[in-house]
Amino acid sequence: MNDIFQFIGNAAGMNPMIKLGIDIGIILVKIAVVLGITLLHVAYATYWERKVIGHMQVRLGPIEVGWHGFLQPIADGVKLFFKEDIIPANADKPLFYLAPVIFMVSALTSLSVLPFFDGFVIADINIGLLFLFAMSSLGAYGIILSGWASNSKYSFLGGLRAASQVISYEIAMGLSLVGVMMMASSLNLSDIVRAQQQHPAGMFAIPQFLGFFVFIVAAFAETNRLPFDLPEAENELVAGYFTEYSGFRFALFFLGEYTAMLIMSSIAALCFLGGWTIPKFIMDAMPFLLNVPGIVWFLIKVYAFMFFYYWVRATFPRYRYDQLMAIGWKILIPLALFNIVLTGFIKIWV
Amino acid sequence: MLSELFFGYYASAIVIFSLLVVTRSNPVHSVMWMLLLFFHIAGLYLFLNAEFVAAIQIIVYAGAILVLFLFILLFLNLREELKVKRFIGAWPAGLFVTTALLVIVLSVVRSFVPGPAGKYSIEFIKQETHTKALGKLLYTDYLFPFEIASLVLLVAIIGAIVLAKRKTRSK
Repeated sequence: MNDIFQFIGNAAGMNPMIKLGIDIGIILVKIAVVLGITLLHVAYATYWERKVIGHMQVRLGPIEVGWHGFLQPIADGVKLFFKEDIIPANADKPLFYLAPVIFMVSALTSLSVLPFFDGFVIADINIGLLFLFAMSSLGAYGIILSGWASNSKYSFLGGLRAASQVISYEIAMGLSLVGVMMMASSLNLSDIVRAQQQHPAGMFAIPQFLGFFVFIVAAFAETNRLPFDLPEAENELVAGYFTEYSGFRFALFFLGEYTAMLIMSSIAALCFLGGWTIPKFIMDAMPFLLNVPGIVWFLIKVYAFMFFYYWVRATFPRYRYDQLMAIGWKILIPLALFNIVLTGFIKIWV
Repeated sequence: MLSELFFGYYASAIVIFSLLVVTRSNPVHSVMWMLLLFFHIAGLYLFLNAEFVAAIQIIVYAGAILVLFLFILLFLNLREELKVKRFIGAWPAGLFVTTALLVIVLSVVRSFVPGPAGKYSIEFIKQETHTKALGKLLYTDYLFPFEIASLVLLVAIIGAIVLAKRKTRSK
């Protein structure tokens, strides 16, 4: 794909201004492709979740709109778009408007550093992994501000809960990925995937099993999903931080949450499961798999992790808040620190 | 030309946002302008090819410290600025000190001489990547200052724990 881009660039001649224009054009096309595909994926992730959980609970899930309810996300989107936009009295209007935008933007910006297959990434930067952390910490502002600006006690409590939860688990998540950084000796996501290709196990999930475990738990808490969905606990807080949001502003929070899930699944696929590659021993055993494009492997891994999200949601009850904090600070962070020390020793001695 | 334009934008934006931070009457709005300010400082670091410092600036300052600021503000529930004489009565002294500081800085700036170019040129950083170069330097040449900094942080952590513990014991 990059060869085609390069061919267009060469054909345009030597003029640097034209070359710059073409480069910007290519980036814009890439952004449009990634955003379009991701948002469609996010819409159908909601449909898939309702179907999966429905069948796990011996229901059918959405079935009325289209073939097996296949048009349900579109019907939901149209409904949300035409709903009345209600703003509570005494809400802090600028921040009330800004909060869902920050939440959504921070989730979508993270997409720019994810390599979907070899060579296809919008911005191939050296600090890819750190950029993802920075954007996920920005997302916390959307949650806290929505809770504060709504001027409602349910929103406020949800916002506070979300803030302390996200900050606590961000530490665990960051530390769990340090092992991966050490093994790949890079922060660039494409280089991390290439390092896994060279590793005998083919993926870091096997040598970094402790880090992978910590990452999975922290990823659930970071995206406010069950069993850690205390910020939006229905039976205590109505809907938590987005209680007062209606219509399309609510849809932005909803989309942001599912985009964040998709990004967490992508980080898991890229940093622990080998991204667009499959382990070499499988490749040697079944050489015909070489013809399968890398994006297929990447998507299979991402979907598997998304399915795991739904599976856990249908299976586990919610934790208490003190249990949530105890798991984060007393189990996950020490485990992640231990994993870093262990990885360091193995790197020195082996 | 383009680089001067970028620097001019970041520098003026930082000054404007700093002014907005200190003049807003709603503290939560101040924090939001400060968030924008931190992003522009990170942009300035990126402009200097210091990508690692830029990312850390966002993660640590915007992602952790400013969120804690916001936490405190939410607990206090300040919708409007407090104007008590005790807090703002000393403004002439503050004005004097800041003006003196400004005069000192301005008079020093004129005798500023850029140091000789060392080993860490932009080409070297680009080849080595900023994170790796910084890490190597921090853990070899500057290991002792680095360890002292970590010790200072450890003292702060222990101090916080001791203060928090004593309160619960006296109850």
